[in-house]
Amino acid sequence: METAPKPGSDVPPKKDKLQTKRKKPREWKNPESQRSLSGAQDPFPGPAPVPVEVVQKFCRIDKSRKLPRSKAKTRSRLEVAEAEEEETSIKAARSELLLAEEPGFLEGEDGEDTAKICQADIVEAVDIASAAKHFDLNLRQFGPYRLNYSRTGRHLAFGGRRGHVAALDWVTKKLMCEINVMEAVRDIRFLHSEALLAVAQNRWLHIYDNQGIELHCIRRCDRVTRLEFLPFHFLLATASETGFLTYLDVSVGKIVAALNARAGRLDVMSQNPYNAVIHLGHSNGTVSLWSPAMKEPLAKILCHRGGVRAVAVDSTGTYMATSGLDHQLKIFDLRGTYQPLSTRTLPHGAGHLAFSQRGLLVAGMGDVVNIWAGQGKASPPSLEQPYLTHRLSGPVHGLQFCPFEDVLGVGHSGGITSMLVPGAGEPNFDGLESNPYRSRKQRQEWEVKALLEKVPAELICLDPRALAEVDVISLEQGKKERIERLGYDPEAKAPFQPKPKQKGRSSTASLVKRKRKVMDEEHRDKVRQSLQQQQQQQKEAKAKSTGARPSALDRFVR
Amino acid sequence: MKVKMLSRNPDNYVRDTKLDLQRVPRNYDPTLHPFEVPREYVRALNATKLERVFAKPFLASLDGHRDGVNCLAKHPKNLATVLSGACDGEVRIWNLTQRNCIRTIQAHEGFVRGICTRFCGTSFFTVGDDKTVKQWKMDGPGYGEEEEPLHTILGKTVYTGIDHHWKEAVFATCGQQVDIWDEQRTNPICSMTWGFDSISSVKFNPVETFLLGSCASDRNIVLYDMRQATPLKKVILDMRTNTICWNPMEAFIFTAANEDYNLYTFDMRALDTPVMVHMDHVSAVLDVDYSPTGKEFVSASFDKSIRIFPVDKSRSREVYHTKRMQHVICVKWTSDSKYIMCGSDEMNIRLWKANASEKLGVLTSREKAAKDYNQKLKEKFQHYPHIKRIARHRHLPKSIYSQIQEQRIMKEARRRKEVNRIKHSKPGSVPIVSEKKKHVVAVVK
Repeated sequence: METAPKPGSDVPPKKDKLQTKRKKPREWKNPESQRSLSGAQDPFPGPAPVPVEVVQKFCRIDKSRKLPRSKAKTRSRLEVAEAEEEETSIKAARSELLLAEEPGFLEGEDGEDTAKICQADIVEAVDIASAAKHFDLNLRQFGPYRLNYSRTGRHLAFGGRRGHVAALDWVTKKLMCEINVMEAVRDIRFLHSEALLAVAQNRWLHIYDNQGIELHCIRRCDRVTRLEFLPFHFLLATASETGFLTYLDVSVGKIVAALNARAGRLDVMSQNPYNAVIHLGHSNGTVSLWSPAMKEPLAKILCHRGGVRAVAVDSTGTYMATSGLDHQLKIFDLRGTYQPLSTRTLPHGAGHLAFSQRGLLVAGMGDVVNIWAGQGKASPPSLEQPYLTHRLSGPVHGLQFCPFEDVLGVGHSGGITSMLVPGAGEPNFDGLESNPYRSRKQRQEWEVKALLEKVPAELICLDPRALAEVDVISLEQGKKERIERLGYDPEAKAPFQPKPKQKGRSSTASLVKRKRKVMDEEHRDKVRQSLQQQQQQQKEAKAKSTGARPSALDRFVR
Repeated sequence: MKVKMLSRNPDNYVRDTKLDLQRVPRNYDPTLHPFEVPREYVRALNATKLERVFAKPFLASLDGHRDGVNCLAKHPKNLATVLSGACDGEVRIWNLTQRNCIRTIQAHEGFVRGICTRFCGTSFFTVGDDKTVKQWKMDGPGYGEEEEPLHTILGKTVYTGIDHHWKEAVFATCGQQVDIWDEQRTNPICSMTWGFDSISSVKFNPVETFLLGSCASDRNIVLYDMRQATPLKKVILDMRTNTICWNPMEAFIFTAANEDYNLYTFDMRALDTPVMVHMDHVSAVLDVDYSPTGKEFVSASFDKSIRIFPVDKSRSREVYHTKRMQHVICVKWTSDSKYIMCGSDEMNIRLWKANASEKLGVLTSREKAAKDYNQKLKEKFQHYPHIKRIARHRHLPKSIYSQIQEQRIMKEARRRKEVNRIKHSKPGSVPIVSEKKKHVVAVVK
């Protein structure tokens, strides 16, 4: 733990020259030396300490990157901004005290394996309200189910392969609509709120109201296998059997981009919630990253020896979990090196993967569901020992953790199961982003604000903070153009002009001497710099030459 | 087995009754607020667009004069009163809140060349083409009384401008020379002159109250010290200055409105280079006035527009024009820094908002918070190309627009020739003079 900087360092005492009556200099109150009447001293002087990791969480400026050739004014402004950011991050870290809820946990006693604890035990040991969150919907008639929770975690929509589509408020168990669309349902997604549903049916993509009224049939999106909704861009991404990845803007109803992935049938799709990039898994073991602004994938990562069966990205965009036909489950590092961090061989391959808000990873293998947990919120889940397991009544077809709740929703061929997973959900939500307890008025206001600040699709890229960086290339280009236009460089240092001095010190000879002095100084600096550069080059050359195997032709190298 | 599930009590999250406020718990964790930068960018774009949508600066036109308005003066204590002098010798006093004329005086025969108010606000002075200086009472004449000046001074030459001291009972007039008068005397206490030329305007410094500045037709600006009764120094420019205005916040800064379409901000202590050259007008600049904050000033020009410039920038941030407004002769910024008044050739005084998209009146706390947030967003993202393009966009009348294009071509041609001259001559023989130094011819002490 580190103490935060103390306010008010030593300020020199002021002496009023005009008022000679005041003899003692004004002193600033030093909190450490203040004594109360009783003589007691504060046992914890200074402001309360704040843990460093929490402060780090709120820091956004990357201090290691420097602007090339910046002016002193710009640099001083940046320093001021950095100091401000430090202060505000400390204040934000202090405000964490006000967060009301604590995350859930499950610990075994005396070396008990938490994976052996079954759902029934957890339901018995937990309070009534949480126990009610565990339920099973037995729907064997209409085929294996896929499910989706709305963004606030309050509403659940599920669709069965034989056409059964339903939407309900799963907390109060109030049914919103239940229809049969008379066609195979391949995937189902809520749009920005619980009012609209997108259903990928056998032929085309349909949009329904939460009362079951069909609103739109989008014929340009045909034979869609998977859907993903990007909430801050209002884009619905569809992956189809024809090999096309289509982005549909649901606020204006236009297709923003229809990209040909050139990899055959698209079956595996996931979104990265940190930067809104779509991850597609292919049958040659690669995962490609797509943005609607580019016709080519942003990146391609070779993950598995066989085809990729499932992809999932965690909420901070740091880790990607993939599973393939080679029965491997790998976790990749997405920020920085795209290298696998950990690997695990599974007896059966995992067909479905999902991450929770607090970094738990769930894999659906046949009719068994395994959950792995990590140490803290920032570390990847450790694949050694599963945290929880559960067997379902049929093979798994859909998995999603409920946002802001310790609940995992599983869609399988026997219906829907809601499992209790302590420690999965984020305990403290932000009322202005997604509020599960919002009223109708609050939802309307939120919807208007979200539409107003809808991010244009062209801004999707691998680094969402790219817009905040200084565009160094355009800056340098602009400088070059200006020099060309004006004929001279206005920012170049003007040649030294000696200041004319009084009392005869400004004769021609002394002016020339002063100019000569400055010129010699500059010359010496230049020579020193070039010597240093030469030395560095020699060192590099030596290092290079000693590394390579010596050959007979080395004697001819300079 | 130790287990705890996350379970929230709805009583803590849902309000008790319909009359309570909604509860909104906050968590500032950045993972719950993704896409901060793009969302803020979109909000800044919306704020800039809305600023342009709500930019309706014209408030009112004060009608009544029968000839062009030549000079304006502000009441020092009352925000709603403004005085104007016209080219037929009429002086009118207006009430800005009721937008009507409360008093009319036929003050002079011929032009009213200058008008200024006394610092206490009880009287004002006018000078006219009939070589007189008249002092009038600010309150109107009583019942049955005639409209008569308190005091009349007959001079020998035409006076072209007048300004009153900010603290003492002293005023200065200019014509052939600068005269300093005491209010009780009929002869000037001192006359100062430097060169043989006529002086067009004189202004007292509001901070260092003994300093005066004047503009002469000899293309120079002369600074005087009243205590020593001598001129201090003068700067000679390329073309004639019409008026100067002192910065009410900085004691030594003044801005000069010049005939060569530019305004020059000088630091009195170093007159050889102007602090800033403000270039945006396409015709002679006739009048300039500072905002009471000292951060911006407004200029009136012979091209039929008025422009608002920030002190530290060389380009204007705003331009106001109307089809009905012809050559603008005088302009003033009100003392609460919210409104701008301009008097023009076609006998009207127009009232404008200083910030075109500002909402007038009392704002609720939510409105204030939203306004501050939008202001900060616009500042933060002002350099992004799309946002800059929208924020900079102003509609200009065709005459001004075509003049700007023409003058740009002329400037480019001159600059290209200069660059070629430098390129094809011995390096160092053709000196590179910065734009600022180009316009100052000499400084004389």
